[in-house]
Amino acid sequence: MSKRYNFAAVLSAVVLICCGALILNQNVNAAGEGKITGTVKLDGPAPHMKGIDMGKDPYCAKAHANDPAHLETYVVGADGGLANVVVYISEGLSGSAAAESSATEPVFDQKNCMYTPHVLGLTVEQKFKVTTSDQTTHNIHPLPNPMTGNIPWNQSQPPGAAPVEKSWKAPEMIPVQCNIHPWMHGWFAVVKGPHATSDTKGTYTISNVPAGNYTVTAWQEAAGTQTQKVTVAAGGAGSANFTFKPK
Amino acid sequence: MHDMSAPAAHHGAPTSFIRKHVFSLDHKVIGKQYYALALLAALIGMALSWIMRIHLGWGNFAIPGLHLLSSTGAPGNVLTPEYYLQLMTMHGTIMVFFVLTTAPFAAFGNFFLPIQTGAEDMPFPHFNMMSFWVTFVGFWVLIASFFVGDGPTLGGWTQYAPLSAIGSVGGPGQGLGVVLWATSIAIFCIGQLLGSLNFITTTLDMRCKGMSLMRLPLTAWAWFITSVMGLTAFAVLMPACILLILDHVAGTSFFVASNLVINDQVLPHSGGSTLLWQHLFWFFGHPEVYIAIVPGMGIVSHVLITNMRKPMLSHRVLIYSMAALAVLSYMVYGHHMFVSGMNPVSSLAFSFPTLVITIPSTIVVLMWLGSLYGSKLQINSASLFSLGFISMFISGGVSGFFLAQPSIDIMLHATYFVVGHFHLVMGVAAMFGIFAGTYFWFPKMTGRMMSEPLGKAHFWLSFVGAYCIFMPFHYLGIAGNVRRYQAFTDDYLIPLIPVHKFITIAALITGFAQLIFVYNLIYSRFKGPVETDNPWQGTSLEWSTATPPPHNNFGATMPVVYHDPYQYSVEGASSDFVMQTSPEKINNPNEEK
Amino acid sequence: MAKIFAVTIILIAIASAVPIVMHMWPMPQDISTHGALIDEQYADTMLEAGISFLASQFLLAFFIWKFSAPRPGERVKNFPGGATGLVAAAFLLVGTEVLALGVFGTKAWASVYLTPPAANAVPVQVQAGQFAFYFRYPGPDGTFGPIHPEQISEANANFFGLDTTHDQDSKDDIVAAEMAIPVNREIHLLMHSKDVGHSFFVPELRIQQDFVPGLDVSVHFTATKVGRYEIVCTQLCGLGHYNMKAYLEVKSQEDYDAWIKQQSALQ
Ligand code: HEM
Ligand SMILES: [Cu+2]
Ligand SMILES: [Cu+2]
Repeated sequence: MSKRYNFAAVLSAVVLICCGALILNQNVNAAGEGKITGTVKLDGPAPHMKGIDMGKDPYCAKAHANDPAHLETYVVGADGGLANVVVYISEGLSGSAAAESSATEPVFDQKNCMYTPHVLGLTVEQKFKVTTSDQTTHNIHPLPNPMTGNIPWNQSQPPGAAPVEKSWKAPEMIPVQCNIHPWMHGWFAVVKGPHATSDTKGTYTISNVPAGNYTVTAWQEAAGTQTQKVTVAAGGAGSANFTFKPK
Repeated sequence: MHDMSAPAAHHGAPTSFIRKHVFSLDHKVIGKQYYALALLAALIGMALSWIMRIHLGWGNFAIPGLHLLSSTGAPGNVLTPEYYLQLMTMHGTIMVFFVLTTAPFAAFGNFFLPIQTGAEDMPFPHFNMMSFWVTFVGFWVLIASFFVGDGPTLGGWTQYAPLSAIGSVGGPGQGLGVVLWATSIAIFCIGQLLGSLNFITTTLDMRCKGMSLMRLPLTAWAWFITSVMGLTAFAVLMPACILLILDHVAGTSFFVASNLVINDQVLPHSGGSTLLWQHLFWFFGHPEVYIAIVPGMGIVSHVLITNMRKPMLSHRVLIYSMAALAVLSYMVYGHHMFVSGMNPVSSLAFSFPTLVITIPSTIVVLMWLGSLYGSKLQINSASLFSLGFISMFISGGVSGFFLAQPSIDIMLHATYFVVGHFHLVMGVAAMFGIFAGTYFWFPKMTGRMMSEPLGKAHFWLSFVGAYCIFMPFHYLGIAGNVRRYQAFTDDYLIPLIPVHKFITIAALITGFAQLIFVYNLIYSRFKGPVETDNPWQGTSLEWSTATPPPHNNFGATMPVVYHDPYQYSVEGASSDFVMQTSPEKINNPNEEK
Repeated sequence: MAKIFAVTIILIAIASAVPIVMHMWPMPQDISTHGALIDEQYADTMLEAGISFLASQFLLAFFIWKFSAPRPGERVKNFPGGATGLVAAAFLLVGTEVLALGVFGTKAWASVYLTPPAANAVPVQVQAGQFAFYFRYPGPDGTFGPIHPEQISEANANFFGLDTTHDQDSKDDIVAAEMAIPVNREIHLLMHSKDVGHSFFVPELRIQQDFVPGLDVSVHFTATKVGRYEIVCTQLCGLGHYNMKAYLEVKSQEDYDAWIKQQSALQ
C-alpha cells in the first residue's frame, strides 16, 4: 500500500516542479521582452461612411432596424483615433521571433450580418476560428492572391454550424467577403511576428517584442501603409504614432 | 493459336481468366460488365438521392457517418449548402451518364444486339472492349472528384457556363471538380462513340442469312436508332467538354464573357460566349434523353409482345416513330433555353418541333395500348415493369405539353415541375425498362430464373413509390418551387415543406425496395432455379441459341432466318409461336420480308 | 394480380389529379397585365393534358384488366381499325391539339417578348451577382451612367462600378437593394449580370428571365397590385443560389415617388 502512496507523492512532486519551471520560464521570457505602443489617428474629419441596405435578407435588416449599419472602411473614434489599423514589425525580427505565434485562437465572428472584428490580425500558420452568431447562412470567401501560396476557400456556414478552423501559409492582407451578403467585407491581416490592431481610440500595444531596432508598419485597408523606426530596450517600451490621411 | 488473318469478329474463345472475364472481346461479357457498372453507379446515385432527400425534408438531421465522405462538406454530419449541390450534381451526372446510358443501351445492347441480328460478335471487338474500359475509367475519374480538392463540382449535370468555366473563384468544386467532371464526360463520350460505331455496323453489316432489316426485333431497332443518336450527340459533347477543360487549364475563354467580377476582382477572361455552352450542351442533351429512353421503348415492346402472345399492331409504325423521335430530338433542343436570353423568336421556332414530337410519342403509346387490346396478357415481373413503364411514360409525357410552350415555361422553367417531368419520363421510365429487361433476359444471361415473388414485391413498391415521389414534384413546381435549392427559406415556399417531407419518406421506402432487386439479382445468379433455353417461349434469335450462349453465339451452325421476329398466335401454325429460325411455312399476310 | 394492378393505376391517376383539381398548391396569384394570357394558356393545357393523362391511364388499366385472363382456347384479336386508325387518330387529335396550343400560346409569349416596351415605361436596371440583386434607377436625368467593371467594389457599396466623380450620368443614379416600382405602370427591366448566370423570377408577376453574363437582356411588364413580393434566382449560380433573393415592392405612385426621394438622399 505505502509503496503506491510513495509513487503518487513522487509523481505529483515531479508534475508540480515541471509546472513551476514552465511558469517561471515564461515569466523570465516575458520579463526580457518589451513592447511597442502608440496611437493611430486620422487626419481631418472622418469620411462619410455609406449606410448599408440589408433589404435582401430580412434577418439582417431586422438586426439593424434601430441601429443602421454603415461601411467600416474608416472607423474613427471621438478624438480622431483610427480603429482597425494593423501595426506589425516588418523588419528587424530574428527568425525565431518572427515564427512565434500565440497559443490562443483568434475568432472572426459573423454577427448581425457584419464581421467582428472587421480586421483580424494573424500570424503565418496561426490557427483561427470563423464563427457565426446569426440565424442566417453566410459564406466565408477570402480571396488571397494565389501567387503568395495562400489557398483561397469558400465555405458556407449555416446557423448553428460548428466553427470553421483555418490558417494562412504566407503573409498577406487578404480580403474576405460573404457573397450571400455582398456588403459583408473584412480582412485577414496575415503578418510575421508580433502585431496589434488599433481599437476605436486608435491605441494599440504590440507585446512580446525582444530588445532591438525595428521597422514598424501600420496598415489601413483603404489608406495604405506607413512605416517608422522603433527601438525597444530589454523589457522596455518603444513607441510609434501614426497619422493617416483618408484617400 | 490465333489465326491472325481472320477477321476480327472471328476471334477464338479465350482461355485465360483475364481475357475471359476482364479484358474480354466477347460482346456478352462486355454487356455484363456494363450492367455491373450501371448497377454500381445506380446504387451510388440512389444513395446520393437519399442524402439529398433527407436534407430537403429535415435540413438539420445528422446522417451518421456522413462526415467521413467530407468533413468540410458535412461538418457534424449535416450537409452544407454547397455540398448539397455537389451531391446533386453527382447524382444527376451518375444517373444520366453511367446508369441510363450504360444499362439499357450499352449493357443489354451489347449482350443481345449481335445475337438478335444473328452475328458471331461485334465487327470491332477491340473497340468494344475499349468502349467498356474507357467508360469504366471515366466513371472512376468522376468518383475521384469526391476525394480531391474541395470536392465534386456543384454546377449541376448541365454545367452551365460561365459558372463552370471560371475556376474555383466560382465556388467549391468549381476548379479541379469541374476539370474532373469534364474529363470524365469526355472519356465517357469516347466510350460511347466506340460503342455506337459497333452497334451501327453490327446492325447494318453483320446480319445472318434471311435477316432483313425489317425482320430485326424492336429491341435491335431501338439500339440501332440510339446508336445513330449516340454517334452524333456524343461527338458534340466531347469537344464541348474539351473546350471547357481548356478554359480551366489553358487560359482560353470559350465560355466566359469579358469583364466578369467576383469578390471585387475582374476575372482574367474575355470574349467568350455564355450561350455557346448551352447550345452545345443541349444539342447533345436533348438527344441524350432519347438515348436514355428509346432502348427502353424497344425492351418494353419486346417484353410485352412475348407476354401478350401477339405482335405489335404495326412493327413498322413503331420503328418509324422511334426514328422520328430521334430525328426530331435534334430540332427541339432549344426548348431547354426558352428563357435563357436567346432570341425570343427562336423560342417559338423551337416550340413547334417540340409540340410536333408529341405526335410520334403518342403514336408509340397508342401502339402499345392498341396492341394490348385483344391480347393474352401474362402477368410476371417483366411484363409488370413494362406496363409500369407505359404508365410512367404517359404521366411524364403529358407534362411535356406544358414545358413545350414558351409562355407556360415562363412559370415552370427551373422549378420542380421540370424535375418531376424528367424523372418520370426519363428516370423512372428508363429504370423500369432496365428492370423489365433484367427480369426478362436474366435466364438467358445466366441460365437461372429470378424469383418472381421478390420481383413482384419490387414492382409494387417501386410503382406506387415512384408515383408518390415524383407526382408531388409537379405540384411543387406549379406553386413556384425553384429547383436546385438546398433549403426553402422564401416565404412563399415555406408552406410547401410538408410536401417535401412526404416525398422524402416515399423516396426512402422506394429506395429500400431497390435493395430487394439487388438481393434477387445476386441470389438468383447463384441459387435461382436453372432454366431452359427458351423459358418465355419467345421467337427472336436469342431464344433459339443455347443458354448461356456459346462463345460465337450460335455454336457450330449460324442461324438462318425465315420469319419476322414476332410470329405469335399465327393461325394454322403448329404451335402458339413460330421462331425466326423455324423453316415452318406459315400463312401470315402481314409478314415482313 | 392484373386486376389489382388495373385498379391501382386508376387510383393513382385519380389521386394525381385531385391536388390539381382542388387547387391544393395553386400557382401564386397573378399581379401582371400579361399574366392572364399565360394563365389561360396554362388552364387550357391543363385541361387537354389532364384529359389525355386520365384517358390513357384508364385505357391502360382497362386493357390490363380485360385481357390478362383469356379463357383457354381464346384467340388474339386485333384492335378495330388497326394501326392506321390509331396513327390517324394521333395525327388528328394530338396534331390539332398541339397546333392549337402552339398557335394560341404564341400570343401570350409575344405579349411579353415580341412587343417593344412603351416609350414611357419606367426604366429599372437589375444587376445579379453571387448572391444578391441590386437595382438601379436612372435618376432625374433619365440616363444610366456607364458601368466600370474594374470599379465594382462591394466593399465600398459601389455595386455597379459607377464613377460618380467623372461620369455626369452616374451622379444622380439611385442604387438600392430592394426593387420598388409604381403600380399600373409599365416597367422596362434591363438585366445585367456581374458574374455568372442568374435568373429573375417573380411568380406573381409571371416573369422569369435568365441573366446572360456579357449580354444585357431586357423584359417589360406592368404590375397591377400593390404589395411586397419575392424575387428569386432560378439559375444555379453557386453555393448561395437558394439564398439569392430580393424583394419587389409594388407601390402607389405617391409612395413610389416618396421612396425614390428617400433613396436618392441615401446615395
Ligand atoms: C431514387 C429515386 C430518386 C430520387 C429520390 C431523386 C431525387 C432527386 C432530387 C431531389 C433532385 C434535385 C432536384 C433539384 O433540386 O433540381 C434530383 C435531381 C436529378 N435527378 Fe434524381 N432522383 C432519383 C432518381 C433519379 C434517376 C433514376 C435519374 C435518372 C435520370 C435521376 C436524374 C436526376 C437528374 C438528371 C437530376 C438533375 C441534377 C441537376 O439538377 O443537375 N434521378 N433527383
Ligand atoms: Cu453573409
Ligand atoms: Cu442563383
